[in-house]
Amino acid sequence: MSATRAMAGPAARTLGRLARERVAMAALTVLILIALACLFGPALTGHDPTRAYPDLRQLPAGLTAQPDPDHLRPALERLAFRMRARLDDVAQDGDALRLTLSAEAGVDRRSLVYLPRSDLFGAPQVIADTEGGKRLVVAVPLRCLSFPLGTDVHGRDLLTRCLVAGRVSLLIGLTATLVALLIGVGYGATAGFIGGAVDAVMMRLVDVLYALPFVFFVILLLVFFRASLALMLVVIGAVEWLDMARIVRAQTLSLRERDFVRAARALGLGTPRIILRHIVPNTFGPVAVAATLLVPRVILLESFLSFLGLGVQEPDTSWGVLIAEGARAIESAPHMLAGPAAFLITTLVALTLLGDGLADAVDPRAD
Amino acid sequence: MIRFILRRLAQSVPTLFAVVAVSFFLMRLAPGGPFDLERPLAPTAMENLRRVYGLDQPLIVQFASYLAALARGDLGPSFSFRDMSVLDLIARGLPVSATLGALALALAACLGIGLGTAAALRRGGALDRLLGLGAALTLSLPSFVVAPLLQIVFGLSLRWLPLSGWEGGAPSHLILPVVTLALPQVGALARLTRASLGEVLRTQPVRTMRSLGLPPARVTRHALRGALLPVVAYLAPLAAALLTGSVVVETIFGLPGIGRYFVEGALNRDYTLVMGTVLLVAALVIALNLIADLACAWLDPRLRSAA
Repeated sequence: MSATRAMAGPAARTLGRLARERVAMAALTVLILIALACLFGPALTGHDPTRAYPDLRQLPAGLTAQPDPDHLRPALERLAFRMRARLDDVAQDGDALRLTLSAEAGVDRRSLVYLPRSDLFGAPQVIADTEGGKRLVVAVPLRCLSFPLGTDVHGRDLLTRCLVAGRVSLLIGLTATLVALLIGVGYGATAGFIGGAVDAVMMRLVDVLYALPFVFFVILLLVFFRASLALMLVVIGAVEWLDMARIVRAQTLSLRERDFVRAARALGLGTPRIILRHIVPNTFGPVAVAATLLVPRVILLESFLSFLGLGVQEPDTSWGVLIAEGARAIESAPHMLAGPAAFLITTLVALTLLGDGLADAVDPRAD
Repeated sequence: MIRFILRRLAQSVPTLFAVVAVSFFLMRLAPGGPFDLERPLAPTAMENLRRVYGLDQPLIVQFASYLAALARGDLGPSFSFRDMSVLDLIARGLPVSATLGALALALAACLGIGLGTAAALRRGGALDRLLGLGAALTLSLPSFVVAPLLQIVFGLSLRWLPLSGWEGGAPSHLILPVVTLALPQVGALARLTRASLGEVLRTQPVRTMRSLGLPPARVTRHALRGALLPVVAYLAPLAAALLTGSVVVETIFGLPGIGRYFVEGALNRDYTLVMGTVLLVAALVIALNLIADLACAWLDPRLRSAA
């Protein structure tokens, strides 16, 4: 109780200062919007993230309804070929098409089911049947699809995929940061509070780990042991806790001799309890700043690994995976890089600005 | 001074041993071997190969013989590049990576420290806010987005610079990779310099110097000397990372540097090549950290007694 009341004052003042930082609040708003879009957006775009439209591959970004005239004819030709019929004529009236199909052996009406199955058209209706079934006139409503960010190499909606990928990227960013936070805070607070030889040994270990080329080890682990989401979370979290441990230890060293900690000790509280209830809550400020700035780093590391093909694997996707696909197709379809890159960069910039604002707000000299 | 250096070098031995041990056993734990081809080799051929490279011996014996060779400065033969030793490959790749890294480091340090100083001197001004936003942006631009964009603009549309390749280090082939490598670090260094210099400018000695009427340029020079400590400490691991190559930049621009040898080595289970490159990076990190500490002691006399 005492600890929570003790931190209520400074924490509330910090949040008050943060609320006055206009840039940080704007960044926070953007982040919340992106998170909400990633959570609920895929259900609202009208496309399944894995649904491929083979006739609409690598569509550029835009708001025009698809299929547009450029793509309509080839799509119809392909469907007619599959129906073993010839496409004699296409006439458009309003939202519906009037197709004239013919075949020497007669047009099989059952094959009309290919039309709605392509997801580009609605249910077909036979209007006229001439020459004993060899010639069919079919009215079929045209479904209007929109792909605001275009489609990828398989004809999947890029907006939906960006949003679904965002779930994975954000989830990894938050979870791996949490892993790093738990290890780092626990380790740093313990080393700093116990002090002496234990502290020296524990921090020497951190120094040794610092000198290891960790990115190389991460790559090794992911190459050798089938990249999976869980492995990546553990690996990234295990790499990034070192900074956190140093920050928390430095804080703890100065907190250890403060009166409220001595009072707690005089009251007979055990070491774990003092660390948990009195030390850790008081390191909140710098730790919050470090954690906020860690999230973009983790997301960047994840997308870097995914870009190399070592991170998130199909059918899952992340911004890094989408950017890698876009970079491969950059000459024919630059929009495939632009969409996911815009999502990633906006998120990273917003997180960085939020972290900066938080750092200013935590700084007690700011007033 | 010399005792300090010697002690640090002695301390680095266990670190390097840990690097060798972890990478050695990690690779041997991993499924697959260096001679797994799409079409499997005949069992006898496989056996012969394994005997030639000493892979048939117990793991601990292999580890010991690797360490013994390492003590003689021999990193062993490469498994995937025929008739090449790992040292040969490093001798080929390191100049490429080091050229790129050194240029990128110089560019990032000049721009980053310069812009950071400018921002700190006019704290809260329009320039400061603009630079803050710009720094956050460059920090957030992944190299694998910047590189293809630069390629498309300067290589494909404007046709000013070649798309990729090394060509013996021709300047025109260096520009795009160096810019890609340096860009995020400009932001990082500018932020660090701004924060650190801003702190120093608020201290008592600086105020005293100002009140005594020293010209602003000289005050800045004095303040910068102290403010560069955290920047120098940050530069050390950064230099190691840049000098040993960025995997992504080397891949996208098709440059034959250390980073690519490492990734290819890992994918082909080229045990000796991977260990050689990892060891090289670790040794560079340690050496540069030592240099950074010495530089900090030179910048701040208070640190000398502690050393």
